[in-house]
Amino acid sequence: MQLIPTLFFVSVIIFSLQHLLPGDPALVMAGEERDPAAIEQIRQHYHLDRPLPVQYVYWVKAALSGDLGESMRLKEPVLSLILKKLPVTITLASMAIVIALVIGLGAGIVSAVKKDTVWDYAANVFALWGISTPNFWLGIMLIFLFSVKLGWLPASGYVPLTEDWRMSLATMVMPAFVLGNAIAAILMRHTRSAMLHVLESDYIRTARAKGLLEHSVIFKHALRNALTPVITLGALEFGTLLSGAVLTEQIFAVPGFGKLIVDAVFNRDYAVVQGVVLVTATAYMTLNLLADMAYILVNPRLRG
Amino acid sequence: MAEAALTATAGAASAESVETPTARAIRRFKRRKGALIALAVIAIFVGAAILAPLISPYDPELQTWTAVRKAPSALHWFGTDDVGRDVLSRVIFGARASLLAGVISVAIALLVGVPVGLISGYLGGFIDASFSRIADALLACPFLILAIAFAAFLGPSLGNAMIAIGITTTPIFFRLTRAQVMAVKVEDYVEAARAVGNPHWRIALLHILPNILPALLVQATLSVAAAIIAEAALSFLGLGQQPPAPSWGSMLNAAQRFLVNAPWMAIWPGLAIFLTVLSFNLVGDGLRDALDPRSR
Repeated sequence: MQLIPTLFFVSVIIFSLQHLLPGDPALVMAGEERDPAAIEQIRQHYHLDRPLPVQYVYWVKAALSGDLGESMRLKEPVLSLILKKLPVTITLASMAIVIALVIGLGAGIVSAVKKDTVWDYAANVFALWGISTPNFWLGIMLIFLFSVKLGWLPASGYVPLTEDWRMSLATMVMPAFVLGNAIAAILMRHTRSAMLHVLESDYIRTARAKGLLEHSVIFKHALRNALTPVITLGALEFGTLLSGAVLTEQIFAVPGFGKLIVDAVFNRDYAVVQGVVLVTATAYMTLNLLADMAYILVNPRLRG
Repeated sequence: MAEAALTATAGAASAESVETPTARAIRRFKRRKGALIALAVIAIFVGAAILAPLISPYDPELQTWTAVRKAPSALHWFGTDDVGRDVLSRVIFGARASLLAGVISVAIALLVGVPVGLISGYLGGFIDASFSRIADALLACPFLILAIAFAAFLGPSLGNAMIAIGITTTPIFFRLTRAQVMAVKVEDYVEAARAVGNPHWRIALLHILPNILPALLVQATLSVAAAIIAEAALSFLGLGQQPPAPSWGSMLNAAQRFLVNAPWMAIWPGLAIFLTVLSFNLVGDGLRDALDPRSR
């Protein structure tokens, strides 16, 4: 239920953004055109001649019915623009999550099971490296190595999976790795600490005492319980994923959601900026809600 | 023999009880070599930023058309960029923008987040619920996307980037302060302070705030790391420091176009961001361990 007041404040923050613009919002939003008709159209569309609360109500009403305004530059409804770009970002994000899960969970399990060994040390160094490397720099360095020096992968571009899956994978592997890398580092830390906690439990000692194989103890008994906090904490990283997508898409020229907001910023296409923030915030909140529900599903003790 | 052992134990106990919490934290922090090295690296970057005009071999904005995209050499240790500017000088001056952005944006977040968190956690009720929902709303928007939106609407400049990062970091400090205050305000010593008739502001500032400072210090250090990356990201996108003034993020943006001919343009500023952020993260982790009352 807390979702509704939070969404209300999110909408207030996003609505207020346009009033941060210096001077007359209509004039600034019209861009370089300065066409009186365009300015008047903006003023009418956003009801800028009405008091602020009234403007807000109009804005929210429109947003609720799917009208997020129109792109000044592309002359297209913001929602349709977002829906067009969304599949690209979802593909990229999904690949990044797979990479993050494989590396993050793997490294986390190894470092917990082999605590205080060289493996643990290496995994911790990897995690520190992952959270300290700016992903835009990592992206540039990977392009330099794999595209410029070795010529193995295309430096940029996007090919849909349905068109040519080989080419699609080739173009997406570097951006997906860059995006997944930072999240892998965070997942590794969460997995390690959850696994260490679980491995000290009595039931793990019992499982070992029963003579179960070590991999069965780790994967069937320990990991299952360790995964529950990792799910919730991992879902919080969805924001990192979206933030990272903005830079990654920019570097690798992937025509997704992130590139849409950056292009909109440069073209002063403010309605698009607002629309993207609103959609990401709503998606982020929904995902966290789903993670909370998943947490209850996988943890029978929380079912009441 | 038993007496001697008893005296020795008592001596050790009194020595331990004499050690102040600050001294204990410093002793524990010193044990962490990684954090100490990181602190030295931060000191070097801060020193470089302050002494930039004295130690830079060249003017960071001086364009030399006869030395365009020159590889690292004895004359230009880090090479030159696309308009013949010395990359080393720009990396040194770039430290100013990055460190300033890191510190100022976290200072903004502390100045707003901590007092509001104190009030919210201490008073509870409707005020707390309202502030908490606003914080939730700010946290619901992905950090960089919200910072980009603020920077876009405020206009591109280093100052506005700092404000944008500061606003987006504020809810983290609000939540941390609020949670700590709620945990501390039921402690006996706070009850006692209230019982002897201290006013609310005095209890909040003199009895509660000092007890939550360690947690704030750890978070502030880690947030500086995040803010430096965020500033570099905004500058990379053209929303932070404006050219020709040097910043690590904008240097990377320019470098992207010349990767084939001048990869050094990308290597050094990126390495500078990485080292600074890594150092702040290491110091933050070290502080967390040193200030954790559960660890000995």
